[in-house]
Amino acid sequence: MLEWLGMSSADELFADVPKDVRKEVNIGNGMEEMDVVSRIAGILKRNVTCSEMPCFMGMGSYRHYVPAAVDHITGISEFYTSYTPYQPEISQGMLQSLFEYQSIVCELTGMDASNSSMYDMSTALGEAARMCSRISKGKTFLIPEALNAERNSVLENYLTGTGIRTARYGFDKRTGSLLLDDISSEIRKNDVCGVYAEMPNLFGCLDRNVASIKALIGNVPLVIGADPLCMSIVRPPGDMGADIAIGEGQVLGTRIGFGSPLLGLFACRQEHIRKMPGRVVGLTEDTEGRRAFCLTLQTREQHIRRSSATSNICTNEALSAVGAAVYVSVLGAKGMIDIAKKNMERARTLMSMLSRIKGIEIVFDNVHFNEFAVRLQKDPSEVNKALLKKGVMGGVPLKGHVKGMDDCMLLATTEMHSDSDHKELADALTEVL
Amino acid sequence: MFMSIVNADETKITDTGLPKELERSTLCLPDVPESEVVRHYTNLASKNFGVDNGPYPLGSCTMKYNPKYADRISSLEKFTDVHPYQDESTVQGILELMYDAERKLAAIAGMDSVTLQPAAGAHGEFTAMLIVRAYHNDNNEERDEVIIPDSAHGTNPASAAMAGYKVIELPSAPDGSVDLNALKAAVSSRTAAFMLTNPNTLGIFEKNIVKISEIVHGAGALMYYDGANLNAIMGVTTPGDMNFDIVHFNVHKTFAAPHGGGGPGSGPVGVKKRFAKYLPSPTIKKVKEKYVLAHNEKSIGKIRSFYGNLNVVLRGYAYILRMGSEGLKDATVRAVLNSNYLKELLKEDYDIPFGDLKKHEFVLSASGLKREKGIKAMDIAKRMIDHHIHPPTVYFPMLVDESMMFEPTEDCSLKELDMIADVLIKIANEDPDIVINAPHRSPVSRVDETKAAKDMILSVRYMKKKEQQ
Repeated sequence: MLEWLGMSSADELFADVPKDVRKEVNIGNGMEEMDVVSRIAGILKRNVTCSEMPCFMGMGSYRHYVPAAVDHITGISEFYTSYTPYQPEISQGMLQSLFEYQSIVCELTGMDASNSSMYDMSTALGEAARMCSRISKGKTFLIPEALNAERNSVLENYLTGTGIRTARYGFDKRTGSLLLDDISSEIRKNDVCGVYAEMPNLFGCLDRNVASIKALIGNVPLVIGADPLCMSIVRPPGDMGADIAIGEGQVLGTRIGFGSPLLGLFACRQEHIRKMPGRVVGLTEDTEGRRAFCLTLQTREQHIRRSSATSNICTNEALSAVGAAVYVSVLGAKGMIDIAKKNMERARTLMSMLSRIKGIEIVFDNVHFNEFAVRLQKDPSEVNKALLKKGVMGGVPLKGHVKGMDDCMLLATTEMHSDSDHKELADALTEVL
Repeated sequence: MFMSIVNADETKITDTGLPKELERSTLCLPDVPESEVVRHYTNLASKNFGVDNGPYPLGSCTMKYNPKYADRISSLEKFTDVHPYQDESTVQGILELMYDAERKLAAIAGMDSVTLQPAAGAHGEFTAMLIVRAYHNDNNEERDEVIIPDSAHGTNPASAAMAGYKVIELPSAPDGSVDLNALKAAVSSRTAAFMLTNPNTLGIFEKNIVKISEIVHGAGALMYYDGANLNAIMGVTTPGDMNFDIVHFNVHKTFAAPHGGGGPGSGPVGVKKRFAKYLPSPTIKKVKEKYVLAHNEKSIGKIRSFYGNLNVVLRGYAYILRMGSEGLKDATVRAVLNSNYLKELLKEDYDIPFGDLKKHEFVLSASGLKREKGIKAMDIAKRMIDHHIHPPTVYFPMLVDESMMFEPTEDCSLKELDMIADVLIKIANEDPDIVINAPHRSPVSRVDETKAAKDMILSVRYMKKKEQQ
């Protein structure tokens, strides 16, 4: 080929690269496939998995059962080796799957429109706050005092350069529910562009006050961040007056994977569609009048609008979105409802078991989904270390997330946790405390 | 599933133990047997075209073959079943791999430190712009402009704008490269950074790169390297040696991880030493043979939850190990060779502007065919589908009229390159009606994108709502 191009060596292909910037790569020699696999698998052996040792951590990453059908479908190479479906004639598989995903997200959230995914719930929150400022003129975005610190940091980064600041509303120290009076007074005091609330909240509480926010804030956009499994039995954001609904879709068929990948759900009301970030799939027809799907409303996006785009996002979490659609389809309405109920039951059972242990206080008197806060008479990080020695991975300490709760941790339990896992935790805690 | 979703019954919800004001009344999702779900998605997959189906010379997307050992590695339970908040002592394996992946990426790009946190290329660009901002803030400098060539990917201006910067678009010189005089005139004490991909989107290497860096650095601004085209330079040069300060990588392009039909991707960011303290939190440190997560007070904080799309990073890492130094350079050489070979085959029948020597991709123009026969770039793209070839990127970069951007990658065989060229030459010479009405052999014919934008039906729920109105 080189000869045909009239070149004597491959070097001539790089004749335009100046000599003074030439540099070889030095990362060592290549390896045989077998050696690559065994080396990486060997190093990963040092990890302890949640099936090897019961783990009660959640806070944004939850270990739910993944039906084998999800792995099977997302492993089909026509899906996973394809690019973004910019050529609809040879991408109907991905496009229809994403349209179905969007339809499922809309049904779960009670919204009219969904995009085809964001990176995760934290970036979805950042994008939602930015979108609020396109809907409404205010300069203050109202967030809960009880907000995951990582999510808060992402939000702050997404607000860089927008001129929007965040303000916080508090929670009731007995129930963990948000303080509606705080929201009212912030609305009176500040120029608010949006209000954010979570269901369940950081403490796993299914907070009935979320349903009362919209009546207090009128035209100010409401963003509700909700767990999609929980939404199959809890009133959806759309029903509570939300303008934008976001969520962490990892629970729908994606493994915990040391926090990867995640799946940001993002949906909104019809009147806001053109202000939405991200790729969306729309329903249309081909020239023969057959049902077809394509990416649409692309004039909002970076490849057309450049610096005036609603967001810079292009690559998203499409394959996880397909996985979520398969997950929900395999479970069906009945399966989704059952899983949600089972998660509530697991939390109730574990709370009741732990409440009998000396040195543990269940912090909030409320209905919980699958996570709850406990106050410990010893330092939570120290307790975790002691639990680990007994073969149990404890919860996530709240230190650094919520002021005044350094002596608390969050414990999560799902349908994957057996009664004997619960008992192991209870026994270990009894000994440690 | 589509019709099942449309026809789903409302399932009543009872006995949840929830307070009445929180209980959902019904859930409208289909209940169908698993076999039906699997058949549905399997049949849908057959209407999709992936890298495993045929040639995919999609410009700027680096659609390499996705090696299967990488999939096996990313699905190991020792990785997938680990919680992100587990005690460090229980995640030493994954931390070691992340640490080594960071070091290898740094070596490939000539950088000192890397973060794996960004979830995609554009997310990496945004992260980089936040680092630029943190650096200038730290030096008490108020710089509010980012300069970007007009040939840049759309994500560059969008990412800079998201980080609060005013975007200054730099017109290209007649040869398609950066116009040094225009750059000199554009930089000032307000310039925060210059965003550049090299080779650029025309497939041209910026041979004045040393001067460009001098001009930008001379104004106190930073050099940012868009890593979308990194496949053109591995083992030949590095962004670091071209005096870039910050770079992002696309693991799902350069390092052969699959695109997943649009994601998840992975967009790590690499920096020179003096910017390392601004990288997102946490960073991984090695302390006495132990890997620990560290937090720097100057860090920009988090740009997503947890540590990044490690399922994609692990695939890229496996690929890097398999290739080694020689393998990566070989990939680059073959990618550039394939691109020049294909360009050479096509230059009689298509106009290929901006010089003869290309890097890993090149842009041709269908403007001649449009003028003579009324065939547009999009028509050619659609006609290629009939020949089982994925179309190139069309209408980008905007500098070229009726542009078609080809990136065959190193995995395109000589036979495939000849076949792509034959097909394109045949299209240029066939009955325009056949081309304009293509594709003819795809699962659906030309899709009405205007109708989709007008109707705005983005869900079954909304479709039903509209029907009721």
